[in-house]
Amino acid sequence: MTYPTEPLKCWKKAKELREQYYINFAKAKEKGGIRWSGSAWALDAIPAGLGNDVYSLTGEPYGAAIAIDKKFNKECQDAAESYGFARDLCAYMRTYWGSIILNKYPFGGEFPKPDFNFQTQICCSHAKWYQAASTLEHNTPTFFIDVSVGAYNTLSKEGLDYVTNQGLEAVEWLEKTTGRKFNDELFIEAVKNEMRSTSLWAAICCENKAKPAPLDEKTMYSLYVLATLSKSSKWCADFYEECLDEVKDRVKRGIAAVPSERCRVMSDTQPPWGFLKVFRYLEEYGAVSIGSLYTFGLEGIWETKPDGSWGPRTLPWEKGIEMHTREEAMRLYCDWNLSKPQWQHFYDPRLKTEMMKTIVKEWGVDGVMLHLNRGCEGLSLGIMENRLGLAAAGIPVMTFEGNMGDEREFDLVRTQNRVDSFMETLDLKREFAHA
Amino acid sequence: MYSAGIDMGSRTVKVVFLEELKVDGAPQLKWGVKGKHIMFPEDLDADQAAEKAFDEALQAAGIARDKVTRVVATGAGRKQVKFATADVTEVSAGAKGAVFMCPTARTVIDVGAEEGRGIKADGDGKVVDFAGNEKCAAGAGAFAESMSRALQLSLKDFGQASLRSDKTIPMNAQCTVFAESEVVSLIHSSTPKEDIAKAVLDAVASRVTAMARRVGIEGEVALIGGMVHNVGFVQSLKTALGVDQVLLPEMPEYVSALGAALLAAENK
Repeated sequence: MTYPTEPLKCWKKAKELREQYYINFAKAKEKGGIRWSGSAWALDAIPAGLGNDVYSLTGEPYGAAIAIDKKFNKECQDAAESYGFARDLCAYMRTYWGSIILNKYPFGGEFPKPDFNFQTQICCSHAKWYQAASTLEHNTPTFFIDVSVGAYNTLSKEGLDYVTNQGLEAVEWLEKTTGRKFNDELFIEAVKNEMRSTSLWAAICCENKAKPAPLDEKTMYSLYVLATLSKSSKWCADFYEECLDEVKDRVKRGIAAVPSERCRVMSDTQPPWGFLKVFRYLEEYGAVSIGSLYTFGLEGIWETKPDGSWGPRTLPWEKGIEMHTREEAMRLYCDWNLSKPQWQHFYDPRLKTEMMKTIVKEWGVDGVMLHLNRGCEGLSLGIMENRLGLAAAGIPVMTFEGNMGDEREFDLVRTQNRVDSFMETLDLKREFAHA
Repeated sequence: MYSAGIDMGSRTVKVVFLEELKVDGAPQLKWGVKGKHIMFPEDLDADQAAEKAFDEALQAAGIARDKVTRVVATGAGRKQVKFATADVTEVSAGAKGAVFMCPTARTVIDVGAEEGRGIKADGDGKVVDFAGNEKCAAGAGAFAESMSRALQLSLKDFGQASLRSDKTIPMNAQCTVFAESEVVSLIHSSTPKEDIAKAVLDAVASRVTAMARRVGIEGEVALIGGMVHNVGFVQSLKTALGVDQVLLPEMPEYVSALGAALLAAENK
């Protein structure tokens, strides 16, 4: 038996929004706008308070976009290594630096130098990334917000004060650096947009609890990326509203992402971007990857519901909490971000294991594929502890080595062989090889 | 009628036939190894090697080709065996064959030419969990072979030499290239060959033991693959595992082909 399937209608729009994002960044100066750069975890609602003509370039999705262009990716890696950066550093970071060194933008023209860098610090690579980028760009002004105040379940008033106060200090720094007056209304609107975007994305992921899954992980990559680009923008939040409606409709009509769905797996950390065909290979076994803590929780914001299930975090105003001032909004905004699932494992891998076990249980996952991602020290941190925790819970788990952005460290044939072995342990045969 | 397993390894091709036998006329069946054959592909391509090995094995066993009902291929080149009815990975075939040969084994360590791996299996030889080396040969037989060449010793002498050493020389077990440069340094510093041989085999044993521990060592441990013939490696492995005994099947390099043949017989 196979399930009915059909293309996701909003997929094309997601691609267009993504392309427009990169064009907007490149052309920002033509209209007197502001360009800034930072990670996908930067608190981007804060620079949004500078105006409606402020455009960002987030480093990780930029690295992932380049990773798919194998030729340019190699050029960037070579340029970074020739400059003297070590090969075992974050692959996205090396790609980003390589793009600056080559002064080449994959969406056309020269690398568009940002007016400032705006970054959070939790991953070991993030601070160095923009410190070195600033040097390569001849001293681009750079501001860091340290968010390492411990896991959210232990967050203290002092910890939240510490992050909130840095956010407020950032406002003053942005005004001084850009010469623009900060607009609190725009900031509060951006905070609300980000809360909508990230909660809606979690709601979309929840729809994948349905069998058959309406979305497969490869498709989800084309959707979640918008939150990694500009989660505080209205266009991102509005897109997720539209996407959620469509995904709900697919569930209602029993539309599957993978018509041969027999088995549900989940992955972990970024995939090897140049080899997403691994997900298509899974389909030959009737296996669908329903997502991962990475896809769900890199940008999605979640909470445990009263019935114990995992779901999208309730928006403050739905609980009667309003934001009237910059200070109120900043505090709620920081609290919101500090609950980000993918920030928790930096403090204790067991927190990640528990979230993964929740996904396995609630999304009906049959097995877990852990990517030992040599390209990302941050998200690979504690991954073997996660493996032990999952295996101890009786969850089938396989590992494969690779690199999200440096294909020299990924072996497709060997990985497929590993997948073959894993599928055999799940009693699956490769019976949909031409599906 | 016969079932066959063919293991297309990276260095050798192994073929095993199983004959269906009735026990005292009862419906209970048992499987006996009818014939086995090993060949080195040398410069043959994989397709030719599979055909040639299979034909030679049929001839050696005195079996007509049309009497073989199912052929399951395994090994790195399993997809090149065009005449196979099905294929299974080395992990599944190794576990199946090892538990068949050593019924009390629940942990299987397989060290072939290309890859080392640790497998946890159930009583039917079905894989419960597994781990293997990735893009590195340091946990594999090819590494030991390469190091024996550096020491100008035959593989047999390499293993025996290591038994004469009581030294422990730490060696990089993560990268063959680094390890080889360490071996060269040891040679230049006049370190006795037996000490170097033991260091190399200890390093491989340490690597594969880590893989086995990753999946959890349960029950007795069976070692399969060509490295079973290396007495020095077997000793290093026992030491690394902290056990007095490792089960060594009689025809270690055929175990995966046997497992494939068993799966063929079970029509899996």
